[in-house]
Amino acid sequence: MKKVYANAAEALDGLLHDGMFIAAGGFGLCGIPELLLEAIKETGTQDLTFASNNAGVDDFGIGILLQTKQVKKMISSYVGENAEFMRQYLSGELELEFNPQGTLAERMRAGGAGIPGFYTKTGVGTVIAEGKEHKDFNGETYIMEEGMFADLAIVKAWKADDTGNLVFRKTARNFNVPAATCGKICVAEVEEIVPRGSLDPDAIHLPGIYVNRIIQGTHEKRIEQRTTRKTEDA
Amino acid sequence: MPWDRNQMAARAAQELEDGMYVNLGIGIPTLVANYVGDKDITLQSENGMLGMGPFPFEGEEDPDLINAGKQTITELSRTAYFDSATSFAMIRGGKIAAAVLGAMEVDEEGDLANWMIPGVLVKGMGGAMDLVAGVGRVIVVMDHTNKHGKSKLLTKCTLPLTGKKVVNRIITNLGVLDVVDGGLKIVETAEGVTEDEIRDATEATVVN
Repeated sequence: MKKVYANAAEALDGLLHDGMFIAAGGFGLCGIPELLLEAIKETGTQDLTFASNNAGVDDFGIGILLQTKQVKKMISSYVGENAEFMRQYLSGELELEFNPQGTLAERMRAGGAGIPGFYTKTGVGTVIAEGKEHKDFNGETYIMEEGMFADLAIVKAWKADDTGNLVFRKTARNFNVPAATCGKICVAEVEEIVPRGSLDPDAIHLPGIYVNRIIQGTHEKRIEQRTTRKTEDA
Repeated sequence: MPWDRNQMAARAAQELEDGMYVNLGIGIPTLVANYVGDKDITLQSENGMLGMGPFPFEGEEDPDLINAGKQTITELSRTAYFDSATSFAMIRGGKIAAAVLGAMEVDEEGDLANWMIPGVLVKGMGGAMDLVAGVGRVIVVMDHTNKHGKSKLLTKCTLPLTGKKVVNRIITNLGVLDVVDGGLKIVETAEGVTEDEIRDATEATVVN
């Protein structure tokens, strides 16, 4: 069981094909698999569908794959902050499917858990509910949403051991856990691969069974909205 | 005098009770955190955090620690982190007592529109649809009228909805209204504002 690869390009070798469906972790620019996205850009793989809460900014995150027109469709909950995204969307070059954020997370979680569909109150009475099965439970109306099954999941964690057990840091966990579980194959990039036995087994956020390949790398970890307070406010 | 942004936020803070887990939206709702005083309130950020702290001091920003508005923030001694599926499980599961949200339109049935204006660039609903469908109480904080002077409290929302029959209470610059059977009910006026002034500024049915 060799899971550790030398770099992002090697970790993705043999996994990419045109028209594939990729689930990506991250929220905004926080906890995004930046090295794997860069490596996908280098391969030139085309017509990709991405399930990702956001679409990055113009020159970082999924935004770099929009610049190279490698993305056919985005499934996201919020896509502001990206001018090239908007240009391609408005000109009809890019498909966009909005999912409410919790529905997107649960579609990933459900897919990873072998659940092809579930009912939720989210979106009832809105455009999100159009064309979807409605069903009443205990006097309340719910809509059916489908579990998500991705060809590939790409995620970013803080630490891993060589068996793929992952630990995330603070709010960088976000979509990385559900995204990782819904891929047929999951590739994780981490800041540090630590020796087996050095992660607390009681504090593993994502067990290695969900992670097929791992790379260690240096991350830019860009901040999207730097907000601070002055010392005298304390 | 109508309330200003900070007075609206302070009024919204009065809605929060000791021990509540609360989600605050972007804009005026964010300011509510400044007015909770000694109350034991735990703020949820839907990107995966309970116990959200204030903005960091300059030089202490952490790219791994942001709120749902993607702003750098800090943690508290009570903070817990979790993934997005868990975050929305607690929202959808009714564990979050209240959400304070901004809005473009609210109508007399409690329908809420706050994510999309047709013909204008659409950025997405983020977590708003999940929040209004799942939390115990939805409190809207917004100006009573739009920049053209038109009421934002309508008989029927005209914009695409975020949720249907989801709003419980509306706090505007003119006062506080509840969504009740038959329409909206004035529960409080801003100091110096009369109930008639609120009725005049409200398109929705105002019941006694």
